[in-house]
Amino acid sequence: MTRTANVRTRLLYLGVAAVVAYCLAPFYWMLVSSLRRTSDIFDTSPLPSPVSFENYRAVFDPSQGFTRALLNSLLVAGVTTALALLLATFTAYAMARLEFRFKRLILTLIIATSMFPVVSIVVPLLKLFTDIGWINTYQAMIVPSMSFALPLAVWNLTTFFRQMPDELEHAAMIDGCTRGQAFRKVIIPLAAPGIFTTAIITFIAAWNEFLIALSMTNKSAMQTAPVAISKFAGATQFETPFGSQMAAGVLVTVPLVVMVLLFQRRIVAGLTAGAAK
Amino acid sequence: MTDTTTPPGTAVREHGSAAPRPSAPVRPRRRTRARATAGSGRMAALLVSPTLLVLTIVVLYPTLMALHESLYGPKGLDPSTGFIRTTEPFVGLHNYAGILGAAGQRFWNAFWNTTFFTVVTVGLETVIGVVMALIMHQAFRGRALVRAGILVPWAVPTAISGLLWRWVFNSNGIANAILGRQILWTTEGFHAKVAVVVAEVWKTAPFIGLLVLAGLQVIPKEVYEAARIDGASALRRFWHVTLPLVKPALLVAVLFRCLDALRMFDLPYILVGAQKNSVETLSMLAQNEASNVRFGPASAYAVILFLYVLLIALAFVRLLGADLVGDRDGGKANRRSLRGILAPRRTEVAA
Repeated sequence: MTRTANVRTRLLYLGVAAVVAYCLAPFYWMLVSSLRRTSDIFDTSPLPSPVSFENYRAVFDPSQGFTRALLNSLLVAGVTTALALLLATFTAYAMARLEFRFKRLILTLIIATSMFPVVSIVVPLLKLFTDIGWINTYQAMIVPSMSFALPLAVWNLTTFFRQMPDELEHAAMIDGCTRGQAFRKVIIPLAAPGIFTTAIITFIAAWNEFLIALSMTNKSAMQTAPVAISKFAGATQFETPFGSQMAAGVLVTVPLVVMVLLFQRRIVAGLTAGAAK
Repeated sequence: MTDTTTPPGTAVREHGSAAPRPSAPVRPRRRTRARATAGSGRMAALLVSPTLLVLTIVVLYPTLMALHESLYGPKGLDPSTGFIRTTEPFVGLHNYAGILGAAGQRFWNAFWNTTFFTVVTVGLETVIGVVMALIMHQAFRGRALVRAGILVPWAVPTAISGLLWRWVFNSNGIANAILGRQILWTTEGFHAKVAVVVAEVWKTAPFIGLLVLAGLQVIPKEVYEAARIDGASALRRFWHVTLPLVKPALLVAVLFRCLDALRMFDLPYILVGAQKNSVETLSMLAQNEASNVRFGPASAYAVILFLYVLLIALAFVRLLGADLVGDRDGGKANRRSLRGILAPRRTEVAA
């Protein structure tokens, strides 16, 4: 009995180790490769020797324009997130708390929108934005990004608001608050963690967007970080600068990974809230 | 939702805001409810309309534009006048005939690639995701570590993961070093498909694992105990207890993954490249045509992809009964009561 339990525990640890290795090994490889010198970039040893920051210096070489790309990404993802959250908070409150006609239909439509193939709106919008001179502008990336950011935010917030007990508002309204006051003074402060989580999830989705940013820009100064990295130029035309691509990849991913690790409990709750009913 | 299904709780709640007159409690309930619904209806319209307006502008309008655009041809010489036209001529279904006829080979290739990637990646992800969820569900020590680790592939931008796997699958890269082969993964051929599938599954299987884990954690322990007492083996417990109970969560996850895989673009575009037959998806095809200013055919491709996605989504909801919104009326009372029981467990999940 003890023996089978022991075997079971060991198998379980083996399984846990396998899951962790599966998830982290490729990311670790990116990190290790980014710390190698260009001369030993094809080295396959598990640790870089010697450790070199050559690739990171290459990334911030002014000719790559990577700092600008990071700022572009931050701006596009930031504005998209802020706008989506602003609109979604009101809509999600109505979805979770009010009873009205066609509620289910409207919520289904909003959620369905988030599963929409982005290319179906990029093609017509590319033509429209070309005609009105919006190519290479921030709004040309922010407006289409709302198509996935807004439904995502509405859905997440609706589940958060639904989880909050109705009694809180009843109490506030019995104490003389209007519904608007109850929303502002009771619901918003209490829902702050949920709103914050939704902000992170929406921001990550907007930060990772590639197709819209690729299609709506052709000047390197307006490219977002993922597009800029995919177009990194090597020393010669035929040489792909894998080292600096990995370094830039690490730089773009690390803030997200840190955020995810800090707020993992909330994010997991947010991501699974909709599915685990 | 119509006013007849308004839960009693709402009517009660409305008394507070609707300045109840002394006579209110003795009124027939029906009228109170109707009044409450009318009031919250106006407020709901106010709160919901900005979102609907934005979605109309960024989703509905472009979709209709694409549909319209797909019926028009390029500006060009007008054969009757010999001048360059200022407007685009109406060509009817010519663009569709073109992409299904003359350019049919490229379209069907992209169509089958898209379908192949969707079926294979979602299939593998589901199996790996469920296994991951079962492992995580069993493990108590180190669960926080695993859960943190499992979020890493999800957080890596798809474009970056494309570059990462392009590096792993380099001819002198680590994949070939481990396999002891010299495969040119990122050149045309079936191996390019394999590379895309591996990269996609790596990024998304943990996500399914996470959703299934959440589903597993709300299954009461008593159900398993009962099954064990009845003498069910581990395999039978999984097949007859776990799987049916996880099915709703799994269905929603699989539906979302399918729809996401159908619009796959970033990964094959970066990992292998544009205009590569082995990995070109419908999204890549439409984007490629649009970036070459062939908006007519590009819109036609976009419309076909949209219809394909719609068809799959409807099939899921109709045939398998995937409950997208999570508040289907039939199961409402049942779930309400369930939620009360499960509430402490859910906090546990979050903690």
